[in-house]
Formats: sequence, structure tokens, C-alpha cells
Amino acid sequence: MDSIRVKRLKKGYGRGLPPAVDIREGFSVSEGELFGIIGPDGAGKTTLFRLLTTLISPDEGDAVVQGLDIIRDYRKLRTIIGYMPGRFSLYPDLSVRENLDFFASVFGTSIKENYHLIEDIYCRLEPFADRKAGNLSGGMKQKLALCCTLIHSPEVLFLDEPTTGVDPSSRREFWETLARLRRTGMTIVVSTAYMDEANRCDRVAMMRSGRFLKVDTPSDIVAGFDRRLLAVRSDEMFRLLQDLRSMEEVVKCYTFGDTHHVVLKENAACAPDEIGHRLTGKYGHTGVQVREQAATLEDCYMNLDD
Amino acid sequence: MKGFFAFVRKEFLHIFRDRRTLLVLIGLPTMLIVLFGFAISTEIRNVNIGICAPERDITVTRLADKIDRSSYFTFKGWFGSDEDIDHAMRKGEIDAALMFSDGFSSSLAGPDGAEISIVTDAVNPNNASMEVMYLTNIIYGYFREDMQESAEGASIVPNLRMLYNPQLKSSYNFVPGIMGLILLLVCALMTSVSIVKEKETGTMEVLLVSPVKPIGIVFAKMIPYFVISCMVLVITLLLTIFVLKVPIEGSFFWMILVSMLYIILSLGIGLLVSSLVKTQIIATLIIGMVFLVPVMMMSGMLYPIESMPYVFQIIAQIIPAKWYIEAIRKIMIEGVPFVFVLKEVGVLLAMTVVIFTAAVKKFNDRIE
Repeated sequence: MDSIRVKRLKKGYGRGLPPAVDIREGFSVSEGELFGIIGPDGAGKTTLFRLLTTLISPDEGDAVVQGLDIIRDYRKLRTIIGYMPGRFSLYPDLSVRENLDFFASVFGTSIKENYHLIEDIYCRLEPFADRKAGNLSGGMKQKLALCCTLIHSPEVLFLDEPTTGVDPSSRREFWETLARLRRTGMTIVVSTAYMDEANRCDRVAMMRSGRFLKVDTPSDIVAGFDRRLLAVRSDEMFRLLQDLRSMEEVVKCYTFGDTHHVVLKENAACAPDEIGHRLTGKYGHTGVQVREQAATLEDCYMNLDD
Repeated sequence: MKGFFAFVRKEFLHIFRDRRTLLVLIGLPTMLIVLFGFAISTEIRNVNIGICAPERDITVTRLADKIDRSSYFTFKGWFGSDEDIDHAMRKGEIDAALMFSDGFSSSLAGPDGAEISIVTDAVNPNNASMEVMYLTNIIYGYFREDMQESAEGASIVPNLRMLYNPQLKSSYNFVPGIMGLILLLVCALMTSVSIVKEKETGTMEVLLVSPVKPIGIVFAKMIPYFVISCMVLVITLLLTIFVLKVPIEGSFFWMILVSMLYIILSLGIGLLVSSLVKTQIIATLIIGMVFLVPVMMMSGMLYPIESMPYVFQIIAQIIPAKWYIEAIRKIMIEGVPFVFVLKEVGVLLAMTVVIFTAAVKKFNDRIE
């Protein structure tokens, strides 16, 4: 059964501006799915979350979450979803326990009742239970925010960039928690700007300028990449980028970790070695390495056609 | 309901955690009462006075002595002419002067009577008129007491009585005004800022996506400020009675009740402002500029409404504090029974209903 079903959804802020969210082809998220939304800042991720969590109403179109309409049944819908905004949204002057207690009471439950859901996260926070939330580290804050969002055992969980500004090990833990929650049957919609995280989702939607460009499983998206990709490096990386971009076989060239990824034209039949020779000979680069590269999710994202 | 109480508890925690703000809330009324009660006052004291009398006979010297003995005036000396007085006033030696006509004492009993001119430095008009009034009082009093036996009842002496505030203490006037000001400040400003703060920090987003009714969120915020306002009210009244020694003439019960109505009205103003704006700074500015300044200037707290231009008089009618101050003055100072303030209370009640209806209508349970 589908947990979220969107046919069309459009929301703009002010006249003259392009709509922040403009989803024309619908999408759906099935129950118990971990659904990722990736896109650059300003792609409309937060607006989409606010639409789905009934915080704003769409200009056009509608959506159904757990069988409830986001416009008509918003009151009822609010009781069964959990939303964690991107910004830290707890009370900095209340302690960890007071925050959690408060959110539990607001949802008419208690910490005890749903402790099993938050146990593995909260046990890490427990030593700081009396510390003010404002004095927690970034990762701790996110953990506490997740606890507060989970405390009422929501059917659908919306997480807006939960790992932005969190260190790598906390990010890993965070995603392990999400995987565990998913196994309990909870539907999770999460947005992120990190491509490595997107790989952990069942399906990802690539979003840009308010629209979904592609919705598929990470492996299918990668498999669907039909261009030849090279990884190139030399001793002068910056000049290399310029030189590669000036080559006529090259469609696109961008930095990827400590190499440059080069997308070749479909009919370009040149071998990696040939490119390497040309860079050493014609452009005078030293230490040139060129090899074939399998596409990653990030490559797919960079090469999405608008 | 459990969620609602959790909210109220949380609000109290916020307030008690923020000690400084709490201190300001409690300290402010104390400070204002002391300031207006003692430091800033329209009463006059120790005004330097000079007297110009062609003949310094017994009648004149005894009057000068009587003036000097009052705490309002200090006798500075005798002056020979108009020019001398003018000169002394310019130099700042005296602020007021009495000028007796030629042959003052002898013409007292005459058919045309005698003349005294009162000259005051009217750079500060309030002080000048106070000085004139006090001097007139002293002079009338003098001639009534001392001259009655000798006079043949020819001159008619007016009998002045200052009702309800015989000593003309300015605190009688200020206390209701300060109460109108502080209660508005605590209720409207603090509620609106605390609601808008949730919007600004993003916690409102989380709260809205919860089973608690959004309107419950804001009502929960009102309760702690209602309690604090009542505390402020009690503190103000205690200071008024025991420090400023202003007696409560009328019913204490009705005064508290009318004040509570005004507190609720102010909370409504705070709610209305918070549902219209998005940032704390704008909320503060709106409360300050749109609500507090008119209360100071146009509620009759400092300046009588009757002497304002017609347009301002009309504007004054829509200022809640004006009605509150009027009602409190009547109950507290004049000591009239409740039926005499029915009009004021009715207006306040109507305003409360209108403001709450507007605030609830305007309140958005989404974030756009």
C-alpha cells in the first residue's frame, strides 16, 4: 500500500518568482519505504516537506499521506506524522529530559510508553539528561531532535536534512538508526545533500528547481547512466580542469574527490590512454593518470538534464 | 488536556529560566512607581519668590511670612520695582513674584478693593499655573482667616476645595496610569514576543505538526503571563498603598476585577500582534510604537484628554488604557460604587471581545 501519493503539487512564493515546488508527474512512497530526496540548496526540498506535513497549503494539486488528504484532513494527519525540520527546533533553555517530556506530553504519550523506539539513540543522551539542549553538540542536538520526533511513534517520518552539520560518525549512526526504524515498518522520507547517504535509501528522488528529475532506486539510477566516464588526475589539477573542458570530446568535467570526472560524448571513441598522451604532449601536464570510471550516484546527479 | 498542561508548564519553565527578564518584569513596576511617585512630580516645592511692595506694613509682611512658611515657597527678599523683579527672574533668582499695589492696606477696606499681581516664570507652563494656584490659595486663606474680624464683610472670598486629592498629590493621577502602562507592557509585549519567538526559532513548525490545537498553544502562553501580571498588579497596589500612601477609596474587589479584564484585553493585543508578524523585533516595535506610546501620550495618563485637539480626542477613545485608567481613577481615587464605571468596563469588555475575535480569526495554524 502507498503511504504517500502525490499526483501534482505546486507551490510558489510571491508573483514573479518561479514556483518553489512544481511536481507534475506524480510519485508515491510505499509503506515502510526509506525514500530519499536529493537536490541542491534551493531545490524546493523544505517546501515539499512543509507541504506534505500540512504546514503550508499548495497552490495547486494535492497529496495523500496515509490515506489522509493534506488539505482536508490536516488536523488528523498531524497526529500521525513526525516532522523534524532542518533547523534545530528544540528549546535551548530546557534540559534534554524536559524537551523530551514536553514533546511526549504534547502528543499525549509518555517517554516510558515509546521508549523502545528511541532507546538506542536516547541511551547516548542519557548521561546529559539534565544538560540544557542549547549546550549540546550538533550531533547530540540532532539525536535529541530525532528522539522528540519519534516519541509519539509516528506512522510517517519526515526528516529535512537531518545530517547537515553533523560529523561523519554521527551521520553513520544516524543512518543506522533510520535503517532500524524502517524495519519496524515506519515510512521515512528524508532529504539530504550528501550523495553517499542517498545510497542507503530504498529509492531516491533527484530534485532540482522544484521538480523531480528522476525517481528510482540508487542502483537503477546508476545503471541507467549511459555515458562513458573517465577519472583523470595530474600534478596541476586546476589547469587540468580548464584543459579538459577545452577538449572537443568532453561534454562535462567536474571535480570529484581528488580526481576530475570527465563525461565523454556518446560517439567519442578515444581510449583513456589517448587522452593521457594528449594531456602530456599537447598540454604539458606531468603525472597524468587516466582511467575508466564506473558512475556513482553523484555522477548521475551532476549529469541530469534539466 | 495533558498536552495543554505540558505547554503551560513549559512556558513557566521558560519564564523562570530567563531570570533577567523576570527581574525586569517585577522590577519595572517598582521602578516606575518610585520614579513617578517621588522623582517625577508635577508638585511644586521650594519655589523662590520675591515680593515687591511699596509699603511694607504689617499686612504685607505677615503675608510674606505666611508664604515663606509654606513648604511650597521660599521667600527670597523684597524688590523695589518691576524692573528689579524682571531682572531677578532673568537671573534665575526667583521663579515667582507678588506685586502689591500702592496703598495696599488702606485700599483694602475701600470700595474698589486692593490689588495684588502674581507674576510667574511661565517657561514651564505646568509649574507656572501650579504656582499661581498655590499662591492664590495662600492669599485667600490669609485674608479669610486674618482679615475677617477686621473686614466689614465687603469683599467676597471664594472658598476653594480640591476634591478627592486635597493635597494635589501627583501620585493620585499617576498610579492608575502606571498600572495601565505596565500591565500592557507585561501582557502584550511578553506574550507576543514569546509566541513570535517560537515562529522565529522554528519550534512552531514542530508544534503545529502535533495533536495540540494551535490556538491551545497560544492560550497556554497566556496563562503564565496572566499570573505574572496579577503579581505585578499586587506589587503595584502594595507600593501605592504603603509607599506612596495613596488610599484606595473604593471597592478593592472591583478594582482587581477591572484590572483583570484589562490584563486579558492586553493579552489579546499580544496575541493579535503575534499572529500578524514574524519576528520578535517587529513585534516589539509594534507594541512599543502602536500601543505603548499612545498609552503614555494620549490615555490621559500625563496630559488631560480634554485639552487635546479634537482629532486626538477621538483617537484617545479607542485606546484601551484610557478607559482602564478612567475606571481605576474613579474606583481608586474617587471611591465611587461600581455602577458609575459601568460605561468604562463595558467599553473594555467590548474591546476584549473584538480583539480576541480578530486574533483568533487571524491566527494561522499553518506557517505561511
